[in-house]
Amino acid sequence: MTGGCCGDEDIPKPFAMTDLRVSYTLDSTLETVDNAEQTAGRIAAETGFDEDEIIQISMAVREAAVNAVLHGNAYDPGKKVRLEFERTGDDLVITIRDQGKGLDPAKIPNPLEPENLLKTSGRGIFLIRSFMDEVQIHPSQTGTEIKLVKHVRGSATGGKEDSQ
Amino acid sequence: MTMKASSRQVDGVTIVDCSGRITLGEGSVILRDTVRDLLSKGQKKILLNLGEVTYIDSSGIGELVSAFTTVRNQGGELKLLNLTKKVHDLLQITKLYTVFDVKDDEAVAVKAFR
Repeated sequence: MTGGCCGDEDIPKPFAMTDLRVSYTLDSTLETVDNAEQTAGRIAAETGFDEDEIIQISMAVREAAVNAVLHGNAYDPGKKVRLEFERTGDDLVITIRDQGKGLDPAKIPNPLEPENLLKTSGRGIFLIRSFMDEVQIHPSQTGTEIKLVKHVRGSATGGKEDSQ
Repeated sequence: MTMKASSRQVDGVTIVDCSGRITLGEGSVILRDTVRDLLSKGQKKILLNLGEVTYIDSSGIGELVSAFTTVRNQGGELKLLNLTKKVHDLLQITKLYTVFDVKDDEAVAVKAFR
């Protein structure tokens, strides 16, 4: 993974890593978005997801990273994005945290409503919820944490979500 | 793979052959600039061939919507051609599949323009 926290090396060392957990602290850049997507795809493949699931996971992580970099940190070079992958039982749990103002999920319009269909933005969270089994959005004054869960063995009920 | 777009004319319709990724940043900008350039030249019958588009994110979807409405607002038409399964599925779940006029045959698509 390139584009690390301090720009002093091409491949930053993970913040912490065991067999089940790896995390990164990343700059608020477009490169971070691409790297988050690629890393998610790699870890999803290593975890044993099929091709369609890998695409869903990598796309969900990309959209969450876009939210963090663009809408959360607003490209602020002083703010970081924390990306964490954790294998818990039968789940792959991915957490993306920014240092922005906090995203209020209740204020996100439904992009499927007729009046929103032709809007040019506002589909990121919807896509994340479509692709993952569980989505938790935790806004606070110090940033937003989005937790994404994908069940490994096809035990997904699909579309579950929980906003707090 | 960066997005690439090249244009050709068939019976008064501008076909834009797109390839690569239409995502936040360069890919979306290339699509936007391509459509704006065509409109500035008066080319308002635009067929976006997405057959070689490997990936599209929410920003790319937004750019497609923007292109569609921009062309329509200027009295033109924009249609989509040769969706990959990934793009097709994305347009389905976002309920945009029925908004766009989607074709899978170039000759049929060209004739469908008024």
